[in-house]
Amino acid sequence: MLGYAGRILHVDLSSGQTWTEPLKEKYARKYIGGIGLGMRLLVDHSKPGVDPFDPENPLVLATGPFSGSMVPTGGNGHAFVSKSPETFAMGEAKSHGHFGTELKRAGYDAIVFHGKAEKPVYLWVDDDSVQLMDAKFLWGKSPQETEDAIRGELKDFYVRVAAIGPAGEKLVRIACIINDKTRAAGRTGLGAVMGSKNLKAIAVRGSKDVQVANRERLLEFVKILHERMKGPAARKYRTLGTPENVLVLQKLAALPTDNFTRATFDGAERISGEYLNERFVAKIIGCNSCAMRCEHIAVVPEGPYKGTTTRVEYEPLWAIGPNCGVGDLDAILKGMDMGNYYGVDTISIGGIVSFAMDLHEHGLITKEDLGGLELKFGNSESMLELIKRICLREGFGNVLAEGVKLAADKVGKDAYKYAAHIKGVEMSGYDIRGLKTAALGYAVSFRGADHNRHGAYGPDVSGKVNRFKAEKGRGKLVKETEDLYAVIDSLIVCKFSRGTYFEGYKDLAALYTAVTGIEMTADELQKAGERINNLGRLFNIREGLTRKDDTLPWKVMNVPIPDEGVAKGSFVSQEDLDLLLDDYYEARGWTKEGVPTIDTLTKIGMEDLAYLVECKKS
Amino acid sequence: MVEKSKATAKGESSKWKMVSCDPEKCTGCGVCEYICSLTKEKAFSSQKSRIRTLSLHPLVNISIACRLCSPAPCVTACPRDALKQNEETGAIIVDDDKCDGCGWCIEACDYGAILLHPDRKKVRICDLCKDEKEGPRCVKWCPEEALDFVTKDILSQKARIAVTKKLFKESVEATGTKQ
Repeated sequence: MLGYAGRILHVDLSSGQTWTEPLKEKYARKYIGGIGLGMRLLVDHSKPGVDPFDPENPLVLATGPFSGSMVPTGGNGHAFVSKSPETFAMGEAKSHGHFGTELKRAGYDAIVFHGKAEKPVYLWVDDDSVQLMDAKFLWGKSPQETEDAIRGELKDFYVRVAAIGPAGEKLVRIACIINDKTRAAGRTGLGAVMGSKNLKAIAVRGSKDVQVANRERLLEFVKILHERMKGPAARKYRTLGTPENVLVLQKLAALPTDNFTRATFDGAERISGEYLNERFVAKIIGCNSCAMRCEHIAVVPEGPYKGTTTRVEYEPLWAIGPNCGVGDLDAILKGMDMGNYYGVDTISIGGIVSFAMDLHEHGLITKEDLGGLELKFGNSESMLELIKRICLREGFGNVLAEGVKLAADKVGKDAYKYAAHIKGVEMSGYDIRGLKTAALGYAVSFRGADHNRHGAYGPDVSGKVNRFKAEKGRGKLVKETEDLYAVIDSLIVCKFSRGTYFEGYKDLAALYTAVTGIEMTADELQKAGERINNLGRLFNIREGLTRKDDTLPWKVMNVPIPDEGVAKGSFVSQEDLDLLLDDYYEARGWTKEGVPTIDTLTKIGMEDLAYLVECKKS
Repeated sequence: MVEKSKATAKGESSKWKMVSCDPEKCTGCGVCEYICSLTKEKAFSSQKSRIRTLSLHPLVNISIACRLCSPAPCVTACPRDALKQNEETGAIIVDDDKCDGCGWCIEACDYGAILLHPDRKKVRICDLCKDEKEGPRCVKWCPEEALDFVTKDILSQKARIAVTKKLFKESVEATGTKQ
């Protein structure tokens, strides 16, 4: 079992005790690592129905089998898993950079945080030495300031840090966990779970060797992957990066604008990947072990936000841009930078601001409610001010800091119609009214609204299927991409590298075997993907979620796309959704209610968790 | 001391090739560290790599290995005569029997290019992959081609070309002149 460190670290923040347990080979094979292993550890160490902010809700940090090795993009990943304060169901988020590499070198596959520290602390993992350190001097600091301050205190520049910002401390439900200054484990609000534990940061230094099973084979394969990464398979990420999507989605009328009011944005050219590269991107850098380099570092060249430096990706660019009606890149970059500074999911922060703008424009909240803010779509100054207020829970920001779902409950009346979320997680940047395979993927994702649990927009956008139609067969499509994505997130290789595995599971299985020495086939790996998706489902069932939670935002189901052009009139009706769900559940071997059958669980070797559905047999 | 500086006296140092990094191209990915530690230590470990990456800021990344100084301050600083500079290649050779890991050489190196091996407690310096047929492996493996195995003369040549291109950007583009 090489590649793996073979150890799981437990930290009880309440008592200060720490202990380790060996990683079972059974778990390694079945759940791989990353989100798979993390989710299994969460199921094993948590009780049903516990509030996400209760000390009894554990937070799991897991690396993948490739972390610390030379597998391109695989060398550097880590994942956080916990019960999400946004969905009250399975929460998980991954990040890349250098932090995961270091954790593996320190000799751990995962860390499970139990309990809650009495006072703010940070965890200092220095190989076998594990200490809780006073974090009083870090409280209130941004993740970036925290990283610098910890490196200063520990007097080692190469210490790697993952930290929360003020938003995590204040239990803002969309808080993220940031490592290496610009890299976020962003979605599902796990930074707030960390904050609820009074855990400000995790600092790691590892000096152990990472050994792999077959060096020659691995090197051969790595060389091939390097070449592929320089070729067309990764062209998008090396050139325009994900902001390329702006004009692609604009053309398809799938670029959500003004909180999903419209599906095209008038100023799209001025926020496009092309425009960004020409005027803003100062350098493209890369994560540890990667041969692709995708990280577009943008600098605002002039104006009031001059000098603002941030990493750019399509999703936050969309969320803080078109989704808020804002077409001014200077302000968008400033907003993204603020999100990183306070430590929030920059997709969700845009979703919340646009929700508030929508409420304001429809008279559901007043200027007075907003403390005098003129919050119209497109008003970037008010947007930036509101971002700050949400992150610090100031004024009405305190209500919005709960996320759009809970905030809509508090505002009452018709507010729910403007809350673009699924299972409590704010939507990401695809107008799924005209992307019906993606709509299914979004609806069933176990971590709520998300494009990264399935990538089901792929067949829609490429034209492989009729994207305006809900029909049988989409369930299988979604299942297949979900399984692959679960494996990608458990090995923790980067999704951007997915095109370089020409033979899909076969390539990934070969890499796995070369690194770990555990014989793995393409089939078995695919099964693992299936298992991990069932695991997410089982956890959510345990926490009380049902078929009715596999749904879509109100606007997606009730307001047809108004924009003239290809997508006009498209939306997802209840019949569409029911047809898609039935088809998907069938493809998964689940009941009509979306519950995995004992038979299905047995087939994929999950009999040990069958007890979670036994009372729900139907 | 006389013997140590012989190479310089002969004027051979201009022929020495070293591993040099172009910070404009370096992304800080650390592939050089991986391949170095794998080659020299049969394991992945940045702390045992003879070349180290440094990211000061997302925009500031570099990898640093031995610069083949001549005369080499590390050689001069070693109180136990454990370091020697190979006259032909300029690489600093460590005599493990003599090295006691005192760290004077590390202090003397302006570039932080010397490491103390965490297990063996002896210093390690880039030996230019003298046992590899194709030369330094980090250069071969760098995905960005940010690393080069070059003489200092070629380095200055490259710098001249780069700066001239910058100065005469328009005419270079107009004529399509390539290097």
